[in-house]
Amino acid sequence: MAGRVRAIGLRLAQTVPVIIGVIVISFILTRALPGDPAVYFAGAMADEQSIQQVRETLGLDKPLVAQFFLYVGDLLQGDLGRSISTGQPVLTDLAMRLPASLELTLSALVLSCIIAIPLGVLAAVRQGSWIDHLCRVLVTAGVSLPTFFTGILLVYVFYYLLGWAPSPLGRLDFIYFEPPRVTGFYLIDSLIAGDLETFAATLRQLALPTITLALFTLAPIARMTRAAMLQALSSDYIRTARAAGLSRGKILFGYGLRNALLPVVTTLGMVFSFVLGANVLVEKVFAWPGIGSYAVEALVASDYAAVQGFVLAMAFLFVTLNLIIDLSYALIDPRIGFDTK
Amino acid sequence: MTDATQVPGRKPDGAWAHLLHVLRENPVTMLSFGMFAFFLLQAVFGAMLVPHDPLATNATNALQPPNWTHWFGTDSLGRDVFSRVVVATRLDLTISVLAVAISFVIGSVLGAIAGYWGGWIDAVLNRILDTIMAFPLFVLAMGIVAALGNTIENIIYATALINIPFYARLVRAEVNIRREAGFALAARLSGNSHLCTLAFHIFPNALPPMMVQVSLNMGWAILNAAGLSFIGLGVRPPTPEWGIMVAEGANYIISGHWWVALFPGLWLMLAVFTFNLMGDGLRDIVDPRRRT
Repeated sequence: MAGRVRAIGLRLAQTVPVIIGVIVISFILTRALPGDPAVYFAGAMADEQSIQQVRETLGLDKPLVAQFFLYVGDLLQGDLGRSISTGQPVLTDLAMRLPASLELTLSALVLSCIIAIPLGVLAAVRQGSWIDHLCRVLVTAGVSLPTFFTGILLVYVFYYLLGWAPSPLGRLDFIYFEPPRVTGFYLIDSLIAGDLETFAATLRQLALPTITLALFTLAPIARMTRAAMLQALSSDYIRTARAAGLSRGKILFGYGLRNALLPVVTTLGMVFSFVLGANVLVEKVFAWPGIGSYAVEALVASDYAAVQGFVLAMAFLFVTLNLIIDLSYALIDPRIGFDTK
Repeated sequence: MTDATQVPGRKPDGAWAHLLHVLRENPVTMLSFGMFAFFLLQAVFGAMLVPHDPLATNATNALQPPNWTHWFGTDSLGRDVFSRVVVATRLDLTISVLAVAISFVIGSVLGAIAGYWGGWIDAVLNRILDTIMAFPLFVLAMGIVAALGNTIENIIYATALINIPFYARLVRAEVNIRREAGFALAARLSGNSHLCTLAFHIFPNALPPMMVQVSLNMGWAILNAAGLSFIGLGVRPPTPEWGIMVAEGANYIISGHWWVALFPGLWLMLAVFTFNLMGDGLRDIVDPRRRT
């Protein structure tokens, strides 16, 4: 037990340099953005003197190292700076928009797990059959799909040709009211409010972007499930279970799948990172008001506090998620020690 | 009887025989090599062969559906979509080839040093790579291009940087397990310097898995570059590039002008698909056990 606590402590300690690195990189990146924020803040009518004044109040006249420590100090107080284009604190902006992105990302992950895991299991169980080949083709095709292109294709087919989907503009059709904000997830909020009509409308709006992202994430999950399942099924305990005459279902799901799920969970962490990146593209296609489209707008306006906040938020989200996955992994599977390097 | 003496000399090379066998066994890999040649030809000769000037606008001829003169139709400015799609191949392939080449070289050097000497170099490198990997990579690429400026070179650098960790980790692992191997020690004993042993005796062993990584990475690099230009970073209009063309076509798809976005998107998808299939095929050739 003491060993385990030590291992968890080590894993936690490992994230510290990564987090410091993330902060340094995002600081450097955004200071290098073209355009002078002081000129922007001072407004169109500003003269040389007032620009200088703004520069001083923003701390932009100090050396870079000093600016960095000022920035870290602000960060520790939860201050990510103020966005130039919206005029709001970046943290508020991100908090407003994060649920939209998370709702999309999570529903895409759930959908792709529902499809990919059974597909991977079937492909492993019937190795070499048509379903295995189908899995292979789907997997290769899936990673080859540019998400923005699939999104556009889906819009064309389901909105323009068939008319099944609502217009690809945002989270909710304008004839509906936003559900009262509790979690920020429209699906959950509308259920809390007991408004089934809004729930259905949200679901319709969510369908196409979710499918777009799910198609993209299907591949790595199915691939990993198949590989992990193959490995689990060829191990000794499965042979023993077979020899002991356990039922096929018990062997496959009780022993095979349960052991195969661990690497799949790790892959999910990696997939999550891909989805966060792909989100930016999909949000642009579907005019989704998430943090991805916020970042794209901020980039265009060289709004550096906003870009910095976005990059940081993404990295933190991802580091935390991987930490949780690693830690829960250690709790689920006692054989796992951490690489102490 | 004379034949028998010639047989040893004619015995086919082991690697070639294996390659031919794998290709015959797996027609999909064969297909991917064919498609690769198809894209390569387009990149080299495309600009000479296309029927129209990819930049020539013609307002009277805007948004024509595919027909005999314009095989893929025309876009909102009356430019020929087919010509633009074909001509864009060179730019897209160049970006991804250069990006992958840069990350291959830098990743190999860093990974080989870390894997061979270990110690603090290894620890520092690992932390740096962890930091890079802590970002959603597309987001990091976005930030880099935005910070360095909106040019094609910067797309290449950004794509290269986010790919370095994959190569560095792979080389590090491959070098590390062979550091103490018999052949490496023998090379040292026969008077080779550390550098020489590392570069000419240990590192070549990492090349086969690296080739697989290169092929898989190429597809990813193309997607990444096209994604960046889709959101308006990097390549600027009117340069023909698949990502931008899809972005331009996206505005017309809601009004039913499907061909403007479909064809560049299709080409992009096919190119990525080709590299991914090739990567899978190469993996079968390099290491049949590792097929997943």
